[in-house]
Amino acid sequence: MEPRRILVVDDEIDFLETIVNRLRKRGMTAEGVASGREAVRRIGEAPFDVVLLDIKMPGGMDGIEVLREIKQQRPDTAVILLTGHASLETSMEGMELGAFDYLLKPMRFEELLKKIAAALEK
Amino acid sequence: MTKAPIYRSLRRRIIAITLAVSIAPLLTLAAVIYHQYVKVFEARIEDQIRHLARSQANAVDVFLNDRTALLAVLVTTRSFEELGEQPRLDALFDVITRTADGLGLVDLGVIDATGRHVAYAGPFALRGLDYSREAWFRETMSRGRYVSDVFTGFRQLPHFIIAIRGHGARGPWILRATIDSQVFHRLVRSVRVGESGDAYIINPDGFLQTDARLAGQVLDRSPLAPRLFGEEATVIRLPAENGATRYVAGAWLKSKDWLLVVSQDSSDQINSLIRTRETEIFIILLGCLAIVIATVVTTRTIVSRLEHADQDLNQLNAQLLQRDKMAALGKMAAGIAHEINNPLAVIGEKAGWIRDLLDDPALRESPVHPELVASVDKIENHVERARKITHRMLGFARRMEPRLDDVDVNRVLGETVELLQNHARINDIRIDLDLADGLPIIASDQSQLQQVFLNLLNNAIDAIGKDGLITCATRQIDKEIRVAITDNGPGIPPEQLPRVFDPFFTTKEPGRGTGLGLAISFQIIEKMGGRLLLENAAPRGTRATVVLPVVIPERK
Repeated sequence: MEPRRILVVDDEIDFLETIVNRLRKRGMTAEGVASGREAVRRIGEAPFDVVLLDIKMPGGMDGIEVLREIKQQRPDTAVILLTGHASLETSMEGMELGAFDYLLKPMRFEELLKKIAAALEK
Repeated sequence: MTKAPIYRSLRRRIIAITLAVSIAPLLTLAAVIYHQYVKVFEARIEDQIRHLARSQANAVDVFLNDRTALLAVLVTTRSFEELGEQPRLDALFDVITRTADGLGLVDLGVIDATGRHVAYAGPFALRGLDYSREAWFRETMSRGRYVSDVFTGFRQLPHFIIAIRGHGARGPWILRATIDSQVFHRLVRSVRVGESGDAYIINPDGFLQTDARLAGQVLDRSPLAPRLFGEEATVIRLPAENGATRYVAGAWLKSKDWLLVVSQDSSDQINSLIRTRETEIFIILLGCLAIVIATVVTTRTIVSRLEHADQDLNQLNAQLLQRDKMAALGKMAAGIAHEINNPLAVIGEKAGWIRDLLDDPALRESPVHPELVASVDKIENHVERARKITHRMLGFARRMEPRLDDVDVNRVLGETVELLQNHARINDIRIDLDLADGLPIIASDQSQLQQVFLNLLNNAIDAIGKDGLITCATRQIDKEIRVAITDNGPGIPPEQLPRVFDPFFTTKEPGRGTGLGLAISFQIIEKMGGRLLLENAAPRGTRATVVLPVVIPERK
């Protein structure tokens, strides 16, 4: 199985680094960006199989906007929304916009892996 | 229903004011009418007795005039010479008493110009008496006609006379007649009315000219002064001993200066007055009773309506307050949970990373390795614990993921009904349970299911409003459990039926429904893999049916 490219987008650097490290340790090609703008720029540069996207981010561009951008540029990318904000509307909106799935932060890492696997199988 | 003191005092005040303004005028009116009636009544008695006195005076006048006229005819048609002879006078008297007994003439006498009684026909021996010194003789001689007061005279018996002067060849002469006091008394007394009535004649000096029943015997002095009575027939009111009023009417005769007096107690007629007053009091009491009853009933109804309205308002306020409170609390909980979740996520992931690193074969050899692994386990356990707490807090704000509990649908429904029983009872709504036996325990989210039942039951109660029946039935049909909640309210207009699950669609009054209840319920049931149906029930009302898949819980 060829290495899968995963982009993690989260403004919480500690969280971002750790997730990236843990994914890499499991043999995935993962990289992280700390803002919506960077995420959009990175997606523009290269395709990713899965994007783990935090919904609530500062800096003028939140997860939903990034999601729209991704779906526009690379509709094949599977986006798993990470939300610490258990808001029905936002998650539902994300799902309607074509997100693959969503996870409530803090999540179980095993669950995250399961959802990534599911997204990759798609 | 408890009666708050404020409503009791309000009710008392309204009743008091209403009674005051309605009964006071009624009583005043009654008093005025009664007073007027008494006045009219008294005036009628006065009129009656005045009329009586006047007509009786006329009768007495006629009586006197008849006799005076008879004597005048005799004086004109017969001469002194003829009547002065005793046999001729006897013959005439005999004719008169035989043919006109009712005239009441006791005797008849002829007196010459010197005052000598030349001829006399009658029961007494008066012939030859000299009247020249008597006042009546001189009066008759000068005036030509004379009616005396009652006097005793030579015969020592009360009587009165009528004398007429004639003119003969040898000068003036007098024909004189005595009137039977019995006939005269009978005539006067014939008007006497009622138990207490009296009728008599007095002369200008106040002496009785006839026997009176109450005022005294003939020739006694009357207790009444004749000058109290005017030219016309006059009525005087005097207090009587028994508390009643004595009406005394006096009318002067035309042919003689006598006063005819008729008197009567009001007590004879007072009974009709008392009857009238009793009738009036009875009617007024009846009216007052009607007013009191109407006032009390109306006021009770109004105040209890008011109380109900207040209660409803309070309930609504309480609901709104509760909703605001829940919303604020939810917002706060969500905020806190969110703030905690981020560091918690970092801690969790860091712990996971440490666990990943501990997997390094070099580290595994370390003697502290097991302890490090145990510590990371603990950290992860506690992060998990904290995660559950924050998720529950977020779920309180808005539920997301169904939790899988072991759910007894009957029990959840029963508990939910129990929660609303009080609210329903206040609105006179009965909630009947018709639960199927032996329903399987299913894997579902108990609190979300309860939320759905709560929404549906609340809708049913709101649809009915007041006084109605809600039936909650559970049935198992194949691999489904059906929960039907049926109300007998007005139902849903068919054109609105397709929209009932739309968010923000509500048929309730503004401020009472958010329009989210059915939308959220629908979503919850869908997530559970079930269906929520809403339809109009026959003959009336609405039926909401929750269809849940029978999912047997996994054995842990």
